Amino acid sequence: MNSVYDLVVIGAGPAGLAAAYEAWNKGVKKILLVERSSETGGILNQCIHNGFGLHHFKEELTGPEYAARFASMLKSTGVEVALESMVLDFKECEDGFKTVHLVNPKDGFCEIKTKAVILAMGCRERSRGAIGIPGTRPAGIFTAGTAQRLINCEGYMVGKRVVILGSGDIGLIMARRLTLSGAKVLACVELMPYSGGLARNIAQCLNDFNIPLYLSHTITDIIGKERVEKVIVSKVDEKRKPVAGSEIEFECDTVLLSVGLLPENELSKNAGIKIDRRTKGPFVFENRETLTSGVFACGNVVHVHDLVDYVTKESETAGKGAAQYILSQQNSGASFNLKDAVEVLTDENISYTVPQYIHKNTEEKVVSIFFRVRSVYKTDALIAVYKTDGKTKTRIASFKREHMAPGEMEQINIAVSQFTDTQNDFKILVAIEKPEEAE
Amino acid sequence: MKELICICCPKGCHLKVDEKNDYKVTGNSCPRGEEYGKNEITDPKRTVTHTVRVNSHTHPRLSCKTDRTVSKSLMFDIIKELDKITVNPPVNIKQVLIKNVCNSGADIIATQELV
Amino acid sequence: MNYDVAIIGCGVTGAAVAYELSKYNLKTVILEAENDVAAGTTKANSGILHAGYDPKPGSLMAILNVLGNEYARSVCKKLDVPVKWCGSFVCAFGKEDDMTVKELYGRGLRNRVSDMEILKAEQIKKLEPNLSDKVTSALYAKTAGVVSPWELCLAFAETAVKNGTELKRNFKVSSIKKIPCEQCNKEYKSAYSITSDDGQSVNASFVINAAGVYADEIHSLVSKPAYKIKPSRGQYYLLDHEANGIVSRVIFQCPSNGTKGILVAPTCHGNIIAGPDAVSTEKDDLAVTSKGLEYIAELAKKSVPSLDLSLSIRNFAGVRANSTEDDFIIEEVPESKGFIDFAGIKSPGLTASFAMGDAALMLLEKAGLHIEQKKKFIDSRKKIRFAELSSEEKVELIKDNYTYGRIVCRCESITEGEILAALNSTIAPVSVDGVKRRCNAGMGRCQGGFCSPRVIKLLIDSGIEPENIMQDKNGSYIITGEM
Repeated sequence: MNSVYDLVVIGAGPAGLAAAYEAWNKGVKKILLVERSSETGGILNQCIHNGFGLHHFKEELTGPEYAARFASMLKSTGVEVALESMVLDFKECEDGFKTVHLVNPKDGFCEIKTKAVILAMGCRERSRGAIGIPGTRPAGIFTAGTAQRLINCEGYMVGKRVVILGSGDIGLIMARRLTLSGAKVLACVELMPYSGGLARNIAQCLNDFNIPLYLSHTITDIIGKERVEKVIVSKVDEKRKPVAGSEIEFECDTVLLSVGLLPENELSKNAGIKIDRRTKGPFVFENRETLTSGVFACGNVVHVHDLVDYVTKESETAGKGAAQYILSQQNSGASFNLKDAVEVLTDENISYTVPQYIHKNTEEKVVSIFFRVRSVYKTDALIAVYKTDGKTKTRIASFKREHMAPGEMEQINIAVSQFTDTQNDFKILVAIEKPEEAE
Repeated sequence: MKELICICCPKGCHLKVDEKNDYKVTGNSCPRGEEYGKNEITDPKRTVTHTVRVNSHTHPRLSCKTDRTVSKSLMFDIIKELDKITVNPPVNIKQVLIKNVCNSGADIIATQELV
Repeated sequence: MNYDVAIIGCGVTGAAVAYELSKYNLKTVILEAENDVAAGTTKANSGILHAGYDPKPGSLMAILNVLGNEYARSVCKKLDVPVKWCGSFVCAFGKEDDMTVKELYGRGLRNRVSDMEILKAEQIKKLEPNLSDKVTSALYAKTAGVVSPWELCLAFAETAVKNGTELKRNFKVSSIKKIPCEQCNKEYKSAYSITSDDGQSVNASFVINAAGVYADEIHSLVSKPAYKIKPSRGQYYLLDHEANGIVSRVIFQCPSNGTKGILVAPTCHGNIIAGPDAVSTEKDDLAVTSKGLEYIAELAKKSVPSLDLSLSIRNFAGVRANSTEDDFIIEEVPESKGFIDFAGIKSPGLTASFAMGDAALMLLEKAGLHIEQKKKFIDSRKKIRFAELSSEEKVELIKDNYTYGRIVCRCESITEGEILAALNSTIAPVSVDGVKRRCNAGMGRCQGGFCSPRVIKLLIDSGIEPENIMQDKNGSYIITGEM
């Protein structure tokens, strides 16, 4: 391992793989891709099911196959991959370079200097403790990803009778996986009145096996001395509070929790990267640069994605952005002047957008804005994009959608010519309106 | 008229299949959806993904799949067959692990590389 | 097998007594019902080292608290137990509480607590800016601290074992019979045969009953106890490192309306802890309840209004060994000579543990035990904590042993080397939580979500069958079979 690089990419899951590959293709030569596991691929290695790559490769692949494509693409480059390597911290230096500290069994504790960093650390699962389910703390409570790892990578069965909390895609996929592995899945319990997962997964993971889905329900008690013995599931009201008297008892030995993913930004926070509370990831520009010059971010560490194909796209953007930064000898080391950026605002119907800022002088002709809505739209809705100076607003684009849901990330593409106006101070506002509200 | 969700891609189109009218499919956005709709009523098919045992301490499981869809009724039988075998490294992606598993017409192929 | 002393229970009390006794030429055995030490109340409390102003002057609690607090400084250093001497505030919210604070101060003086001060609101705000504006005064005790209670218990127990003490785990005492002294040691006037529920048996001339919430049941095996244990369960919130720094000291509330109030405190692992409540329960009821959590949340906000409980990474509960007596029950049982109770050890039991060895020695000598100090005694213990090392130390460590270069628990930066050290330690863990208690793997914000499969693999490599790997106690299996 060298001590100086142009680019360090932290994480060799789908995000890091694509970002490193793109940066190489765009001319960056000294790239170090750091991965804590003994192989690249990240979470894809345990996602043995289908559903990956339909957009990017025009083929339906399993997770490991998708990862393998990138691993082999990377083999043809000079990107250096450091496996079993954990980044302990990184920080900005006065001269604009970044210092990265990492550790691995072969090279030991290393200090690395680099021009740019791409954050691709992915996310972690929300645990039982974080949502405060009452009851005892017996064995047999797993987050879906942990159970998936034990089953798919180690070959161990985690239980015989399972109740799953959370109907997002991970919970649904595990419902099928557990059933095919010989367990009985008694129920999938969902707090919201709608499932957060894809309709196709409801069909092929629940309906295929007659697993009941309990919407507007949650687990209110876990009972068991040393191992789970039963759970109590209760209906919840509009305020998502348990309704007394609605308790259903399930005798089971396993609880699987699929209750949310959290971008893993410990390294980012320690380095002083500004984090958006709405996404729990760094604020980023359209080129995926964070608010710290020379630090880029992509993938689940920025915001939790639904499809790996979009992670790849976003990571290519970050790789390209990092390459431009490195090759243009930019290393001012100063944090941005946000006056050179257009902030993207949202109305109360949208939880967040990525990017949160757009460079006024971006070279792109079109900027993609990704966002999630706060509630389900079952009928026609209008996505309206405005230019606003705080007092008045002018519509610059609008898009119709037949159906939107919080579990499905939306994308709109805005022509940059709409805001080449660099004179005044203005922001972009993305709002959801009823189609009749067209002005 | 049967209503079902197409599982061919993440879009999950809401299909309507008229079994009384030659299984005519509506609601699909592509031809694969039409084929899926027809099959789902007459002979539902699925891709099976699973893992098999490997003779390796560091990599004890190898992920694999059927190389095409198989009759849904064969899913658990196929899983049973897969649970019987153990593979040895090296294995390439797309390497056939079991040919024509359970007479389904599909091979089991590896989806991971093992060095 | 004949022993001089049998200690029933390897919680912090039993372990502390074992540590002290291991300094002398004695044949000692610790009998622990569970598969690991610190399995009961010891691992589920606030970890506070109290200054000692609270207990009634002259009581055993008061004497052992203050003595224990004093001993704690050198013992934690010697045995490498993580401790933070952060000090504590007892906060007053109004005139009535102000009186209580003054009363506690006076009591502290009588208990010989040093370094105490009564602070006014402005001084409090300067030292702890996140405390409520409604705090009117506070008793500041500089000698208070926070320790890792299970690590303390492990330190005591490991050192005792290193010095020749025997530890029998999975020994659930089911009967204790008086036997003729000749069958054990005719030098002494007492002898007992102690049997487990699965047929194991030991003989000992003296018995120390440190069985926690089950002390009255153990006592009843020899004679009718004069006391009864009244189990009282307390729940907690444990907050992510992000909350670290919201308070720097242990923040108590004045007891009011019959309740003790709850505490908000830093832990020595860099977390924030809030709790406990107190509810009468069964001895083995460790459930966390939504009512209890709501109660704690409300009271916690009273002291620290900006406390963000959404940063909670874990809730847990422990059961206190409250009893029908007000004070610790530490005495030789009159009808059963040689049988010594260490019962009803509720708060300040953890602080007092450092002095329990002294108490045990005194009572054992009084009961006739001959003691002779060992010439050679290993009175130190050192652990490698990778995350705390300097860069240079990390470099050297990994060069020496590459397993320290592989991080397994990413939330707490715990290396494979530390986990292997834990697996090979004096009292080897048999469970995932046992590994956690020895090296902190799994203690972070993902609560083992990432590292537990890796820890399980290391436990299997150490020789335990997959289905026999426990989450914690016997019966808490994780894996039901192989695919």
